[in-house]
Amino acid sequence: MTSKIKSFDELKSVQERLKAGRDPKKPCITICVGTGCLAYGTRKLVDNFREELAKRDLTGKIDFRTSGCHGFCERGPMVVISPEKIFYQRVGLADAGEIIDKTVLNGEIIDRLLYVDPQTGEKYVHEDDVPFYKKQTRLVFGQNSKVDPESMDDYLAIGGYSALGKALTGMKPEEIIQEVIKANLRGRGGGGFPAGLKWDETRKAKGEPKYVICNADEGDPGAYMDRSLLEGNPHLVLEGMIIGAYAIGSSQGYIYVRNEYPLAVKNIHIAMRQAREAGLLGENILGSGFNFDLKINRGGGAFVCGESSALFASLEGRAGEPRAKYIHATHKGLYDKPTNLNNVETWGNVPFIIEKGADWYAGIGTEGSKGTKIFSLVGKINNTGLVEVPMGTTLRKIVFEIGGGIPGGKKFKAIQTGGPSGGCIPEAHIDLPVDFDELTKIGSMMGSGGMIVMDENNCMVDVAKYFTNFLVNESCGKCVPCREGIRRMRDILVDIADGKGREGDVELLQKMAQGIIDGALCALGNSAPNPVMSTIRYFRDEYEAHIKEKRCPAGVCRALITYSIDPEKCTGCTLCAKVCPTKAAGGVKKKAHTIDPAKCTKCGACRESCKFDSIIVR
Amino acid sequence: MVNLTIDNRKIEAEAGRTILEVARENGIVIPTLCTHESLEPTGSCRLCVVEAKQGKRTRIVTSCLYPVAEGLTVDTKSERVMNVRRLVLQLLLARCPESAQLKEMAAEMGVGAEPRFTPDKDNVKCILCRMCVRTCEKVVGVSAIGFSYRGTEKKVCTPFQEESATCIGCGACAYICPTGHIEMETTKTGDSRTIWGRTFKMATCTVCGRYFAPEDQLKYISRTADVPLENLAVCISCR
Repeated sequence: MTSKIKSFDELKSVQERLKAGRDPKKPCITICVGTGCLAYGTRKLVDNFREELAKRDLTGKIDFRTSGCHGFCERGPMVVISPEKIFYQRVGLADAGEIIDKTVLNGEIIDRLLYVDPQTGEKYVHEDDVPFYKKQTRLVFGQNSKVDPESMDDYLAIGGYSALGKALTGMKPEEIIQEVIKANLRGRGGGGFPAGLKWDETRKAKGEPKYVICNADEGDPGAYMDRSLLEGNPHLVLEGMIIGAYAIGSSQGYIYVRNEYPLAVKNIHIAMRQAREAGLLGENILGSGFNFDLKINRGGGAFVCGESSALFASLEGRAGEPRAKYIHATHKGLYDKPTNLNNVETWGNVPFIIEKGADWYAGIGTEGSKGTKIFSLVGKINNTGLVEVPMGTTLRKIVFEIGGGIPGGKKFKAIQTGGPSGGCIPEAHIDLPVDFDELTKIGSMMGSGGMIVMDENNCMVDVAKYFTNFLVNESCGKCVPCREGIRRMRDILVDIADGKGREGDVELLQKMAQGIIDGALCALGNSAPNPVMSTIRYFRDEYEAHIKEKRCPAGVCRALITYSIDPEKCTGCTLCAKVCPTKAAGGVKKKAHTIDPAKCTKCGACRESCKFDSIIVR
Repeated sequence: MVNLTIDNRKIEAEAGRTILEVARENGIVIPTLCTHESLEPTGSCRLCVVEAKQGKRTRIVTSCLYPVAEGLTVDTKSERVMNVRRLVLQLLLARCPESAQLKEMAAEMGVGAEPRFTPDKDNVKCILCRMCVRTCEKVVGVSAIGFSYRGTEKKVCTPFQEESATCIGCGACAYICPTGHIEMETTKTGDSRTIWGRTFKMATCTVCGRYFAPEDQLKYISRTADVPLENLAVCISCR
């Protein structure tokens, strides 16, 4: 616990004291306790480490730190041994004692816990050498592995809150805004609007009080970068918000975080308490005379509440419904007062811009999109996880070099960016540099940074159906095109997938899509047809195959496929017969098996289990 | 005052007013299903969309909400606009195939039902224009009804779909409903009416003896307007 810090100089001496108290050569075991790793049972592993350290009378002699998400979720539980940064992955619950005895105490590497590149077969000892990490630029997310999210001392020891000190004592609010404008920080929540301009508008808007809000209502399927940042490094987000509030002239802020993120809620609560106790939040921050405090508002799980005006309605205690934004939130937002809303990652970028300067920041990225972006890389990908790369990095680098390519040697088909209302990008655009403008050009969008990789076994009609159905369920129902239109599009997609598609359906979908894009009230509706539009644009042949030939080329849509076994390839190993839930697959051992179409439910269990690629889906 | 153009007509209008208001004052018809002169606009039906050009930017905007501005050029019947209106009407026709008002409006605009949309079979005539809810909240001031559920499931009802203790039985919601979805039943004698599942006892006029208003409504007016109940005992015809 730190007592109240009353000035920037005092902050610097606290940081120095904390830094001096830490020997960089002292062994430290860092273990990731992000939500992904916790799901692997890492909590038990943490207990085991503590027990094993105590048993050896090493508690305190060897540092042990639990940290937020490192991003390499595919390979958890993960342990990093400093100072060498030896990287162990898929660590077993019983491995704690062995790691201490062999690696920490004797410098011996445990071979079986090392990461092996699935493509090259190469083995890696040190974290920084692992291609997944090596090819990233972990500006915002990199601190996650250096701090215990519950420890403000950890954050201060790596220089945390220096940017706040610099801003409050050395910069005028207008200078800060100019710095953010110059850095061209664009909103990471999806819109890509320049944050500095938004700050400037809010500062200049008439009306008091002014509010700043952190949008942590991340809801895209498969996206969890904001979650991991809030869980893993809450002080970074706080610091960004306090700087923003000072620049804008706000004394009250809110963090709107979804209640499905209990660890994020907990960690941000702890961080706020610590910051208040240290005089970094509340009245007279760092003795500057500036007052600012925050409240946490937990969202009730409506996707639409990530839309700013719906978020305000929800914060005000009304149903989460958007309104038309002809008067910007910067003038009339929460409680009709000037309001500046940025998402978690945007706030997380602010301390770096202030600390290192706009010129440095603008040196990263592309002409129109500066800095880095964190993506959540999921779907048919070897290295599922969170990756941070400079704007302008190609999809190919993200998918194949960092993501490690497609599992099982399958062929890449498409990547969905921008969440449910983003678009599917085909292989033809795999060399696209990813930034706000490039993605929009080809019919997708940056969104908040979700990336879902699809391979040859994904049917694009099925994909469009999935996302459209998600949006049907998440439409607030206020306006007609969104509420009624998306469900009708979904119904047509269901028909197509069921083999009941009609000639003209594709054209009708396109016409409806344009009507919804133009007619819907908010961004959810305006962008809801994107998955359909982009899959028609790039995979129209698949739609045609479903409609005209009643055929699903990828072998996904159950109404259009039959399962059979290739007698040439089948060895009669009986595995398919064992996994088949309806006993449709069967035969004599060591002789080619068959599938009874009358019993087959097309669940795909046989295909997944077959080691000889003998299951034919047509 | 600002100068703008609507459908090639040069118009001068007071700043801050909406495109819809200004168009209507100038005899330009823009269809709507969720606007009413005594209610704040909500922008939910999307029929009133128009194409607006301000500077270099052309976009589809909601005319009931968009404030007029100097140099604004508005097209109320562009192809993009008509595509939205056709879609909205076809979607509503599929949702409420029984609604005579919708059929009439669609016929007027030359819009037929989209055969690819299977009409809903639940006999709901509600188009979720929100006029009833807004009237109950803003005009009557009781907020007895609101929305439940979300998206396609969204519906207007009393809280928890139970009898509302705050409803005064005034029937304003039923009167304003454009499609006749809200049902209010009155007994043959007129001694009671039932709305939103609750039955209200009607008061008789002390002059003509006819039933004229729910007792709860008179009590509500008496309380909020600070008028003795006795002063409200005469019906409008006898006053």
